Amino acid sequence: MVDSGKDIWVFGDYRNYFRNRVTLQLLSKATELASTTGGRVCAVVFGSDVDEYVNEYIAHGARTVYVIDHASLKSYKVDTYVDLMHRLAFEHNPDTILIGATCFGKEFAPRVAKRLSTGLTSDCIDLEINSDGLLVQTAPSFGGNLLAKIITPKHRPQMATVRPGVFKELPHDYEVTGEIRRVPLPRDLPPDRVRLISSTHEPRRTQKIEHAKIVVCGGRGMGSKNKFKKLFELAEIIDGEVGATRPVVYSNWAPQDSLVGQAGRQIKPQVLFSFGISGAIQHTAALEDAKFIIAVNKNPEAAMMKLADVAVVADANQVCAALIKELKKRIRS
Amino acid sequence: MLKLIVCIKQVPMVSELPWDSRTGTLKREVAEGMMNPACKHAVEAALYLKQKHGAHITAIAMGPPMAEEVLYEALSLGADRGILLTDKRMAGADTLVTSLILAEAIKKECTDFDLVLCGSETSDSETAQVGPQLAEELNVPGAAYVEHLEIENRIVRIKRLADDFLETMEMTLPGLVTITTGHFHPRYASMGGLEEAFNTADITILDADGLGLDPDLTGLKSSPTKILDVYSPVANKKNTVITGAVKKIVDNIFDTYGDKIGGTIGKDLKTHEHDDD
Repeated sequence: MVDSGKDIWVFGDYRNYFRNRVTLQLLSKATELASTTGGRVCAVVFGSDVDEYVNEYIAHGARTVYVIDHASLKSYKVDTYVDLMHRLAFEHNPDTILIGATCFGKEFAPRVAKRLSTGLTSDCIDLEINSDGLLVQTAPSFGGNLLAKIITPKHRPQMATVRPGVFKELPHDYEVTGEIRRVPLPRDLPPDRVRLISSTHEPRRTQKIEHAKIVVCGGRGMGSKNKFKKLFELAEIIDGEVGATRPVVYSNWAPQDSLVGQAGRQIKPQVLFSFGISGAIQHTAALEDAKFIIAVNKNPEAAMMKLADVAVVADANQVCAALIKELKKRIRS
Repeated sequence: MLKLIVCIKQVPMVSELPWDSRTGTLKREVAEGMMNPACKHAVEAALYLKQKHGAHITAIAMGPPMAEEVLYEALSLGADRGILLTDKRMAGADTLVTSLILAEAIKKECTDFDLVLCGSETSDSETAQVGPQLAEELNVPGAAYVEHLEIENRIVRIKRLADDFLETMEMTLPGLVTITTGHFHPRYASMGGLEEAFNTADITILDADGLGLDPDLTGLKSSPTKILDVYSPVANKKNTVITGAVKKIVDNIFDTYGDKIGGTIGKDLKTHEHDDD
């Protein structure tokens, strides 16, 4: 009998399979963690006709897959999925459950944690095992200017959500075999209290900003909606796109679409101009692939300034205006 | 008449904040606060329902005594009653314990509620966990990331965009929703309204004993998650720092990095006639 109490579970979030590879990324991380703890890596899959995902998860590192495959599970249902996950976890006592921080995962995970009366750390950017064998979960804290290392010392399972793109998936290996444990749909499963009336796939338009070679990002340091408009002028001159931080989007200085950060767009420009941005981790996590960063901020100690290749200590509005003026001159000549 | 509850949180206005290095939690009492943006949208959603159907709105906030400010704000906008949950014992609660305390308050003060509205997430911690956990604790159906909602014949119909799926869902009241900042743009509190709220406000203040919480329950000790360490994520990259007059700064940027910027957009930005002013 295998001791399932050391197992690391990964929730199989297969909706949007080709775009959302967070489950595969978590299986990769779980494999690394399990090499320290000695537990098995298990995937948990609910749905209808899900064998292709089951096989894919085995090829990406799952040693065991718990599957509940039933026609009534054709679409994601949070109430039902919480119930199923709670029953399975209660029965098998996994040590850890990792869940992708998709919209669904962010609704599903806290409810599972609550039902299991255990801790849950949101949007982890790193996971490791410490010398006591505990899962150390690193997550943004206090608006993202700080990182916190969080543990769940006494409650099990240890639970964490992780945004897509934080970990790298393992290459698939279709030679490996895994154990598939088919679990019947419980007979006493209550009907879902939330009824899905319609669901239409609205593929998110890839925004220009995700492919833009030049991005001009602005933060609250721009001061006002009117002053923020200058960034659009600057971006237009240099064929760039405008990105914004969360407070800017909240204040309606820029559209929701332009949010650059963990909850918004990941960008990979050749050149990034950053104006009046303090550099919360929720924003900077989306800048890892930016090749060259010029940041302007009055505060030389701002995290964004430390991250930049060129840190300009000055008023963001003035530098923006001067850049526009100078660019107009130079591009004309 | 609908009985609505809005859970609102006061969040720090600024991002650079004092924190207690011993416990790893924020010293909220020294930060200037505002109502969390998504909570403002939740209040607006409640006001929308009140205007349409008539409703009694109870706003609940948990936090230090100064969090009462966001209750005045909600009352000035049209909420009917405020409840402040404040006690040093509640400090440091993680989302599990926070949702437990909120649920206790709801069960004690407004047990016959129809709908609980929360902001989808807070700007200071962004976990988005309290709403869904509160739905669990209250044992009612819940939907997160709601953009729009309507109520008809005790059925709430919800629209949301989740993982590229535009979903329409229904649930029978009582229930809980968490509201995003996508729709329900908040109205502003007028100074007159705020003043009136301060003068006439119906605010109940409850501490842990008043709520009848388990005497052993404390925010820090009862939370399953513990903060080991808090640190600044900044890796000191070797970078170039430019200071001085703005004109010089801009010249410096083009002289040194003009190739890089110009090369990216296919334009020559380096050659130019220096102004001698």
